[in-house]
Order: sequence, then C-alpha cells, then structure tokens
Amino acid sequence: MTAPLLQVKDLKVHFPVRTGGVVIGRYQALRAVDGVSFDLAPGETLGIVGESGCGKTTLGRAVLQLLPVTSGAVTWLGQEMTGLGAAAVKAAREHMQIVFQDPLASLDPRMTAGDIIAEPLRNYHPELSRAEVTRRVGELMEQVGLLPAMVNRYPHEFSGGQCQRIGIARAMILKPKLVICDEPVSALDVSVRAQVVNLLKDLQKTFGLAMLFISHDLAVVRHISDRVLVLYLGKAMELATRESLYQAPRHPYTRALMSAVPIPDPVKERAKPRIILAGDLPSPLDPPSGCVFRTRCPKATAVCAAKEPVRETSAHGHDVWCHHWRE
Amino acid sequence: MTDMAAPDVPPASNIGPDAIEGRSLWQDAWRRLMRNKAAVASLIILGLIAFFSVFGPYALAWTYDQIDWDHVEAVPPSLALKHYLGTDSVGRDLLARTLFGGRVSLTVGLLATSVALFIGVTVGAVSGYLGGKVDQLLMRFVDLMYSVPLTFFVIILMVLFGRNFILMFLAIGSVEWLTMARIVRGQTLTLKHREFMEAARASGGSTASILIRHVVPNVLGVVIVYVTLTIPQVILLESFLSFLGLGVQEPMTSWGVLINEGAAELEITPRTLIVPAVFMTATLFCLNFLGDGLRDALDPKDR
Repeated sequence: MTAPLLQVKDLKVHFPVRTGGVVIGRYQALRAVDGVSFDLAPGETLGIVGESGCGKTTLGRAVLQLLPVTSGAVTWLGQEMTGLGAAAVKAAREHMQIVFQDPLASLDPRMTAGDIIAEPLRNYHPELSRAEVTRRVGELMEQVGLLPAMVNRYPHEFSGGQCQRIGIARAMILKPKLVICDEPVSALDVSVRAQVVNLLKDLQKTFGLAMLFISHDLAVVRHISDRVLVLYLGKAMELATRESLYQAPRHPYTRALMSAVPIPDPVKERAKPRIILAGDLPSPLDPPSGCVFRTRCPKATAVCAAKEPVRETSAHGHDVWCHHWRE
Repeated sequence: MTDMAAPDVPPASNIGPDAIEGRSLWQDAWRRLMRNKAAVASLIILGLIAFFSVFGPYALAWTYDQIDWDHVEAVPPSLALKHYLGTDSVGRDLLARTLFGGRVSLTVGLLATSVALFIGVTVGAVSGYLGGKVDQLLMRFVDLMYSVPLTFFVIILMVLFGRNFILMFLAIGSVEWLTMARIVRGQTLTLKHREFMEAARASGGSTASILIRHVVPNVLGVVIVYVTLTIPQVILLESFLSFLGLGVQEPMTSWGVLINEGAAELEITPRTLIVPAVFMTATLFCLNFLGDGLRDALDPKDR
C-alpha cells in the first residue's frame, strides 16, 4: 500500500454547549466526533455513513480545519495539520476541497457561476491572467456538464443539479488531491442524483483524487466507495472494504442499518427480516457509558456498559468496535 | 427538471468567444440600473441640480452675498433687475443663494454620508465577521459614541480646532456611521453562517477577500436604502448645526438655512421658502428613487 494521503488519529471535536439556566448556566461538551481514526490512500474513496447527528459532517469539516479540533491528529501528506498557522492551513487546503450538501446555499447569490468557479483559482493563483482563468473555467464547466456559455448566470437561475455541478467545478478547479463530499446528493432529486454521483466518479478517475464521501444513503455509498466507515454518536462502529461490509456486516448497528435499506422487489422486501432499533439516539451531551450503542443494541450485555469496545480486526482488515461481533 | 441546458440555448460549439466573456456583478447592476426609468430620470435631475449648483452662480449677475443696495427689501421676481426669483428680505438674490446653498448642502450630504458609509461598512463588516473580542470592543465603542450628545460633541470639536467647514463633515460623519455599523454588523452576522461563507473559507479566501467579495456585496442592498435615508438626515442636521451657529455662517448659506429663514417669512414672501424647498425636495425624491433602483439593480434575483 502506498503512503496514506490523509491520516486521522483519535480525532475529537467537542462543542461547548451552555446548559441549564441563563444566569447559572454551565458549559458542557457536546461530543460531535469522539475519537475517530482512519487512513485514506491517494485515489481512494472512503464512504462515511451514519444517521443524522452522528458527526459525519463535523468530521468532514474538522479534516479541512474549518472547525477547531479538540484533540487528536489530522496528518496530511505526513504533515500534522492541527495547530498549524492560518497560512499553512491555507496552503494545505489548496489540495483538499469540499462539496457541500445544499447546492444553492453554498453558492454566493451575488456572484456569477464563472466567478464562483474561478474563486479558488484567484485565491491561490492570483498571477494567472484573466484569459487563462476564463479558459480553465470554461474547460471545467464542460467537464462537469455545464455549458461554458452559462458563466454569466447567477445561482438562482440554475436547477439544483446544475448548482451542485457548479459546486463540484469549484472544488475541482485547483485539481485537488482530496475532495470531501458532504452529502453532495442528499438535496437532489433521485433522477439527478445518479448523474451527479457518476460525474463524481468520472472526475475521480480523470483527476485521480481521493474522496471522503459523507452520506446517509447506503446505496449511493455502496456505489461509489472503496471502503466504508460507519459512525454512531461520534464514534466509529465499523470500518471495512465495501464488499466485506455490505456482504458481511459485523457490527449490530451496521446490520440494523443494512436491514433498513429497501429492496426494489416487493416480495423479497416483505420477506426480509428487519432489525428495528428501539429508542432514540442518546444525547451527545451525555453519551452512554461503555459502548455508546448499547442503549439500543439488541445484543447488549453487562460488559457493554462497563467497558468501551476497542478496535478488533478480523480477516481482510475488517475493523469493528464491538464486544459481541463474533456471535 | 432539466439538469442539462435548457433547449433554447445553442450548443457550446456555436457560441463565439465574445459570448462567454465574463461579466461582473457591477456591470450587470449598471445595465439593470439603466433600464430603470425612474432611476435614470432621477440620475439626470440630480446631475442637473449638481451642475447648476456648481456652475450656476458664475452665470448670474448677482452673487450670493451681494446686497442690492437700491432695493434693500424683498424684491419680487424681476427680469429687469436680473433677480429672476426675487430677493430675500435684505435684498440678496434668491436664485444665487439657493444655487450656492446647493453646493454646501450637496457637499455636506455626499461627503458626510460617504464618510459614514465607509467607516460604518468597514467597522460593521469586520465586527460581525470576526466576532469575539474584536466585535465586543468595536460595538462597545459604538455604544460609547451613541451616548455622547451631538451638540456637545460638535462644541468640543469647535473649541479644540476652531470653526472649520471640514469639521462639520467630521462631526456629522462621526455620528451617522454608528447606525450604519450596527446595520451592517447585523447583516453580516446572518451571512456569516450561510454555507457559501464556509465554502469561501474552504477555497482559500483570506478574511479581507471574503469581506470584500462576499460580505460587502451581500449587505449592499440594505446599506443603499439606508444611505438614501441618511443623506436627507445629514442635510437637515447641517441646517440644525448652522441654526445653533456651529455650521455655515452668514453670508454663506445652505438649503437648510434658507428653508429656516424662509419659514420665518412664510406669510410675507412665501417664495423664500418655496424656492429652496423645491430644490431640496427634488433632490431627496431623486435620491430615494435612485436608491431603490440601485437596490434592485444589485440584486441578481430581480432581473
């Protein structure tokens, strides 16, 4: 295996949240991401799945240093990113870009599509001539399936899918090594979703970039990822290659997630066993002791409350954080 | 929903290099402004008023401070005496005084407002965007400035620096930027958490470039409306200061001063009020229309 592009080690992002009264309030830590580790090789796609509020988005932002990291390490090409000065972070960001969830909200309403796509180029390469910038923007617009003649249009004049293509073009113009896709297709129509996912795959092949693909859509993640990381309440549950994870999920939470994916065949769908998780997601302000999943886990026993599970690796590098995965 | 181009758009290959020349928000805004008839008319009227205020006095037979010693009284409009709009109660030509007053009022209005605009937008945007200690510091300074009474402040300035035309801009500008800063800060706070701001940071924008490229264009709509409200305020504030003897002094004059004098003589010679009032109202009306036009022109959604 080649040297990893990105190494995330025991990453923790806690937000201070004021609880209690206005006058005698105190600050508590909201554990959005609580000790997540993974590696990413060049050109690889890591899917990150989990339900709402499990810290997927926070993880993506923290890797980019858009959020203050509480502890842990983010190593980019062998260089530790946390605690770097603004200039060094800016330099590293040239090679790591992000595509946002809400296509329209992530585009400045007062800028034309051309200006939006050109912005990273202007920030990092102010020496380029206007003609050169225009040429590259036009080239990229064609690559993402937009007409270069649309440069002068404003974001509200585009459809959701087209806006997302602009967002993707903006992330690609610097030819980055890593693109973090934060639920890039969740806000899109099903018909457009496939086009955008395939566009991302094509661009990945063309530019040879690595992706962190954050989503709650298991089918999309399966389509695009090489490996998949399952998060629950800010902690990693399972990390495995796509085949291994989808064919033989080890963690009870992953199994429950898988069983919720509908099968496009009514007979099989009705016959399929569903694992229904009882209860709600616990508060990240006050996570359960031991294994965070134990309050909803069908297999939970006394040991789960007492001891936090550690990473256990089975065959084919399939990592799982569970006391009972062998059962 | 069509994800690809609308069918009426010709394919990319048919479009020459001219067609894809990039346009900026400002070019678009200017085009849209030129299509707004009320705004264009206002712009022309304002231009004429400004032109006549600047050059008109040279073309007249009488100057603003010249007393017609043969008629030291209110002369009705007369072509023979070259008092085209008559004179005031001490025999000074009303048209000359109104045009000269326009110079003072427009200069004060535009300069003091520009000062307020520049300081207010800078402080507001920086304060709102950076937040934290910088925000606290700047906003507490604004609170402090709010609490100083204007007349008191102006008197202190006059005592320290002597009577000076420039001081008036300073005094008025130093008061008017406060509200502007508050408004811009509030707008910036709502913008700050929009996703495109995060996108701008992720794409390597420095604080200064984000403020200039993203924050300022997005607060301009509100700012311009506030500016069109500020200019009349400033013009009136100047006449108030002049009335207290802190602004322009006789025989110099301004629209505010003329209106004040005219109001006192309303029953005897109503034109001494009407003439400057017409000029001032026309200016304020035009500014309002122009402000509306600019706001619409700067909003791309309003094509």
